Amino acid sequence: MTFLIQQTLLYTVPLMIVALAGVFAERSGIINLALEGIMIFGAFVGVLFVRIVQPLEVFAAAKAAGDWVTLQGLELLAMLVSAALGAIFSLLLSFASVNLRADQTIGGTALNLLAPALVLFLIRILAGQNTLLIDGDAASWFMLKNSLFGMGRTEKGGFLWETFVNKSYIATYVCILIFAVLSVLLYKTRFGLRLRSCGENPQAADSLGINVYRMRYAGTTISGALAGLGGFVYALTTANCASTGDVAGFGFLALAVMIFGNWKPLNIAGASLLFGLFKCVAASYTSLDVNGDGVFLLAELGVSPHLYRMLPYLITLIVLAFTSKRSRAPKAEGIPYDKGQR
Amino acid sequence: MKNSLLHKDGVRAAFAAIVSILIGLAAGSVLVLIMGLTNDTLGLSGALDGMRLIFGGLFATGRNASGGLTFGFNPASMGNMLFRATPLILTGLSVAVAYKTGLFNIGAPGQYLMGTAATLVIALGIPTSVVPAPLLWLLAFVGGVLAGALWGCLPGLLKAFLNINEVLACIMTNWISANLVTWIFDKSQFCNMVENTKTGYIYKTTYGLTRAADGAGVFTDAAGASWTYVDGAGVATGKLGLDKLFPGSQVNGGILIAIVIAVAVYILMTKTTLGYQLKACGANRHAARYAGISDRRNIVLSMAIAGALAGAAASLYYLSGNTEFYWTSAYQSLPAAGFNGIPVALLAANHPIAVIFTGMFMSMLNIVGLQMKNLTAYNEYIADVIVAVIVYLSAFSLVIKLFLGRLPAHKAGAGHVSSGGETPPAQPEKGGEET
Repeated sequence: MTFLIQQTLLYTVPLMIVALAGVFAERSGIINLALEGIMIFGAFVGVLFVRIVQPLEVFAAAKAAGDWVTLQGLELLAMLVSAALGAIFSLLLSFASVNLRADQTIGGTALNLLAPALVLFLIRILAGQNTLLIDGDAASWFMLKNSLFGMGRTEKGGFLWETFVNKSYIATYVCILIFAVLSVLLYKTRFGLRLRSCGENPQAADSLGINVYRMRYAGTTISGALAGLGGFVYALTTANCASTGDVAGFGFLALAVMIFGNWKPLNIAGASLLFGLFKCVAASYTSLDVNGDGVFLLAELGVSPHLYRMLPYLITLIVLAFTSKRSRAPKAEGIPYDKGQR
Repeated sequence: MKNSLLHKDGVRAAFAAIVSILIGLAAGSVLVLIMGLTNDTLGLSGALDGMRLIFGGLFATGRNASGGLTFGFNPASMGNMLFRATPLILTGLSVAVAYKTGLFNIGAPGQYLMGTAATLVIALGIPTSVVPAPLLWLLAFVGGVLAGALWGCLPGLLKAFLNINEVLACIMTNWISANLVTWIFDKSQFCNMVENTKTGYIYKTTYGLTRAADGAGVFTDAAGASWTYVDGAGVATGKLGLDKLFPGSQVNGGILIAIVIAVAVYILMTKTTLGYQLKACGANRHAARYAGISDRRNIVLSMAIAGALAGAAASLYYLSGNTEFYWTSAYQSLPAAGFNGIPVALLAANHPIAVIFTGMFMSMLNIVGLQMKNLTAYNEYIADVIVAVIVYLSAFSLVIKLFLGRLPAHKAGAGHVSSGGETPPAQPEKGGEET
């Protein structure tokens, strides 16, 4: 059970945060198809940052001395850097779609093409291979372990401790916190209301003195920051902090989760949990012991592993088939705002 | 009024595309230069070589004794460009047809994969001793096309009847097909067991299913008969003399088939009632229904045609006889050939005939990338960077078009000005440099 919850969280959190990235863009009226590209870029920047600062004396000494607090600081710093660069990268999209009123689908597609190409081009020159790794493995640098808290080798904490602290990453919880804060921002503040109005009826918003262009820039930039952050968290927690110019389609899945969650944060959290659960089942059904009796139930059912891998996508389609009637996208998304139009 | 402008519009679109291409190539050169100057192993001379290759990679013939790049007619590169253009033209058409009918076909990778699987299963599953090779080729091709069409139907049906966003349905069906195809080939008879050095590959289609002596084959069927695969006993697209024209390349008749299909799609979309109905649905679904056109039928049909084209791309690529499908990791990553149809279509402004040229242009960039990898310390991904910049620019090709046509547009194009608003277009060149 502990294993199941931990693994599910690892898949859920990047999906959740990147789906929220999609919400911020689309609620402001910009379709951000580039989530995948920004994730790839964010992952690259984060890994590169860790790789560059690792040899610095502060961090090398902290690693040698087992000073885990400093290393967690490094992790947070890398998250900040990938979010910042993700935001900057997304400016390409906002510039094209807000200032030049370009087709947003095409602009997003261009970014999706640009990110892996640029990242792989640079990785090949920097590392001489197709993968950019950090020095050592991610777990020994950043993972929270019992031994860090002065517990013995065989000592075990309670169920909650073992599930949510041992072998977990602080990034997971930071992301959940950010998700909660930003959801409140979107629904309970003046800024959030103004942002949402620009995605529904920008003409009306403009007539009330709201700067639609600025709001759309804000939405897309927040979106870029979240997607960049999500990309790095994905790389850190599920890909051993390596950048390969690929995030296994997570950006597109996040887009699906966003539509699935009806552009509402709470529904999105639920949708990504469902998706994460099935992703986790697909990835580790052979070693999944649900009730702790030593029997790997799912592996013994004799169902093909390919079916498990297909499940997340099949389930999404089936659930959507029943819920799509109530699906409601922001009204003005994808339409470039033109002051002269009414 | 629109008709009188049509000609001018086409010229302007071509101009916009050329401007985008030039800016894209320039951006690639700038990136190469920056990397050369900041990286000691590359250096300035390496950067200059790289920049020359970006513009003339298709004609690069290698290096001479003193280490300088040589240029000239390179038949192998030229032929390979045509060979690689084949699937690009067809996936480009796939995306273009869907776009013309108001749908964004991001599902081309999935349709391409299903086409791959059907083609390979038919070509490798039926011995040429039972069905003559030309007929088997045709069967495999049609099978691939149908599989792609069926797979394209799925998102179309979901969109038409359940109102599920086609982008979302396409993404889901992409990954479902990736797993399905892996499932089909997993532990199947089609995995290459004849060549010991190959693991994870499916046979080339030139390998034909052949009866072997009992116990001597690589697999035994349900009836207890032993079978093996023999190179040369299978099927492959005819070369049609193109290999004489471009010796040393992989080119075959597939490129001609692709061009014929492109022309056929052009005729379908512009000269037939069906094409008109499809476009009407794309322009305004509700208006089309009001005019008595079944919008649901047309959405499904449009996706089916798009899927068939993507399936045809896969069929022609794998029936060439010198390409192998690597299936072991198929479920982890979708084929790039499917996604590459998007830039091909966008650069061609979704015009079926223009797709032929942009498909060739993209495959030329592909060759440029390979030459960069072979001849310099750079790598092939620079070609993808250039493509991405060009697509980014094509997103605001409207602005470039307006910018190009400003003088005539003032008098004739009242329609253009009203949609463009009063604000003067920002300088497009500036936007390009920032990437």
